[in-house]
Amino acid sequence: MSAAPQKARAGAEKIDVIVSAVVPLNELVTRFEFTRADDKAFPPFSAGAHTVVEMRDGDRLRLNPYSLMSDPADSSLYAISVRRDDAGRGGSLFMHRSVKVGDRMKISYPVNLFPLDLRGRKHVFLAGGIGITPFMAMIAHLERMGGAWELHYACRNEALGTYVDQLTSRYPNKVHVYFDDRNQAIALEDLLDGQPLGTHVYVCGPKGMIDWVHATAAAHGWPDENVHSEEFLAPQPGKPFEVRLCRSDITIQVGESESLLEAMERCGVDAPFLCRGGACGQCETDVIEADGTFVHRDHWLDDEDHTSGKKIMPCVSRFVGKSLVLDR
Amino acid sequence: MTIQFNTETFRDDYSFRNSDWAIKRFPFPFHEDSYMYSVNMEQHRGGPDGSVYEKRFDVDEHYVSEMQDRAIVLADDPLRCQSLPHMTLAGWDTLELIMVSKSEDYPDLFELHRDGNRWRWINKPMGIDHTFTFLDETTLPCGPLEYITRQAQGDYAVLDQRGDMLYMDAGMVTTQADWSLDFDIGMDFFEWHAPVPLAHEMGIFKRALKFLLNIQQGAPARRLNWTMTVNPLLDTSPENYHKWGIQKTSLTPENVGAKQHLRVELQTFYRLPRSNALLFPIRCYLIAFQDLVSIPKWGRRLHRVVRDLPDELATYKGFIANRPLMLDYLGRHDDGLPTSPGVWPDLDSEPPLQTQNDARSR
Repeated sequence: MSAAPQKARAGAEKIDVIVSAVVPLNELVTRFEFTRADDKAFPPFSAGAHTVVEMRDGDRLRLNPYSLMSDPADSSLYAISVRRDDAGRGGSLFMHRSVKVGDRMKISYPVNLFPLDLRGRKHVFLAGGIGITPFMAMIAHLERMGGAWELHYACRNEALGTYVDQLTSRYPNKVHVYFDDRNQAIALEDLLDGQPLGTHVYVCGPKGMIDWVHATAAAHGWPDENVHSEEFLAPQPGKPFEVRLCRSDITIQVGESESLLEAMERCGVDAPFLCRGGACGQCETDVIEADGTFVHRDHWLDDEDHTSGKKIMPCVSRFVGKSLVLDR
Repeated sequence: MTIQFNTETFRDDYSFRNSDWAIKRFPFPFHEDSYMYSVNMEQHRGGPDGSVYEKRFDVDEHYVSEMQDRAIVLADDPLRCQSLPHMTLAGWDTLELIMVSKSEDYPDLFELHRDGNRWRWINKPMGIDHTFTFLDETTLPCGPLEYITRQAQGDYAVLDQRGDMLYMDAGMVTTQADWSLDFDIGMDFFEWHAPVPLAHEMGIFKRALKFLLNIQQGAPARRLNWTMTVNPLLDTSPENYHKWGIQKTSLTPENVGAKQHLRVELQTFYRLPRSNALLFPIRCYLIAFQDLVSIPKWGRRLHRVVRDLPDELATYKGFIANRPLMLDYLGRHDDGLPTSPGVWPDLDSEPPLQTQNDARSR
């Protein structure tokens, strides 16, 4: 049609924000609260949504997704909780070390890859560690709408039990906490066994926990559609490699600690993206030619795509070998 | 600007008319002299001043009459508006989006005053001044989706998104090009598009679904679709096919210019913030051939598009039987001159229709 052609920009729309609070919760986790720089109300968001936070770290631009964990009904602020990852690529360290109250930042509009199934008669939440964050918003939403829920929350120990006190005091009958150092564990099989028809299960935590929940639920006859999970992959470092981008007509180097997507952006290529965690599918890129081995890390492409060597998700996946040519 | 609302009908005596203003801003859908399917999506972020693309929800001279026609359809057939139980929140999302957009885009026509969840909505053209509690259905006379779409032109499909699929789980559908919400309710994206010819083989729907699943909050999109309608009927539904289908046989060489209408849908797509559902407004614009050919470029181009359209599409769009009659009429408005690229009328730069006398004297 081209009534008024505008080129879509990569990523979701941005919001200018000011850091209004930095609240250390324990040794590893800090909450960051944002207000809008233009004093307007934030757009409402659906529970389970994340925002991508832009970090200006020197001359480097970092873009990390974090679940929105504030009350979706509160349009005066957005909040995220960030776990410091000392072995990570530096985004969470930057948030912990460099972000101060009063700083101006850019964050993306909310994007939801982990929504509640609103048909659910009951919602059972299974959280591991920092995986608690999306459930904070889901709980606030269901409390307001009168939905049935329960939370089972596994933490390493009491000191690292982020939001445990707040949750157990507000919802003593719905929140169940399990501490690893006391050898407490979620009795998943019993839990799945007793649920009424129309119950949905949601899991957010380490990969092992997610796989365990999916496998156990499947073994107990739960339909896949009733078991939901979210796992953000952080791009992992790897050996540097060279890529030819044929549409942009440039050859770029991907450094050890940057992702292929980040390298493209650094070289001025406007590549599509949303979640930057291998989940949304937006950055899917066709491979023109490859002599080497792919290191696929996404959970968007299926096994067939992975073995075909025809596609790659540049936000998390890498390449080892002689030459790689992409249609970008 | 202030809009003069027409008093007109879309049934019985068909007094529907487009003013010169409405003709010039008609969303002509063909950017070149031929047509084939494409996903043809672009961002919905305004457009040229006065065009139908400028506002989030276009309000024009047909607003009040269209809403009266919708009320008649609903009185006869309440199932034209449905919302499965889990879609109520999406209904509130829709109500909020339309009220906020209209009050910001047309402050002289609509006002929204919000004090927490206590909302006052003023719709001046329809004479409504209503105070209600947001998210409390008991304070509205009907569900939130029905309430607001009785006050907004165009059909509304509300699609739930689950597991990388869209489901037709709610809607208000009274101005449709021969599809039925009651039939499609609960269907997934591929199921409700099953009757469309050729596009499945072309992979159009797979690509379209992928695009729609990724529509994000704050970044709405739009596209145009089109068909043909004899008489300015809004309600060309399968439910009422026995009433309007027969009218297609009433076309004659004498009345084709007045009776035959090009029907264009401005389809927009919004991610709804609270429910994560996708709102799909389908706004119908009608224009009589005799008005359309008053724009010389459009007359030339429509003739060429209708002439060269594959038979499958002319059949699916329901005008294969009338095509010769339409081409006789349109052919008289095509002098064979080239047309400028793009959809706009280009009245200042495109030459008027050259008659045979003009051609001889050159």
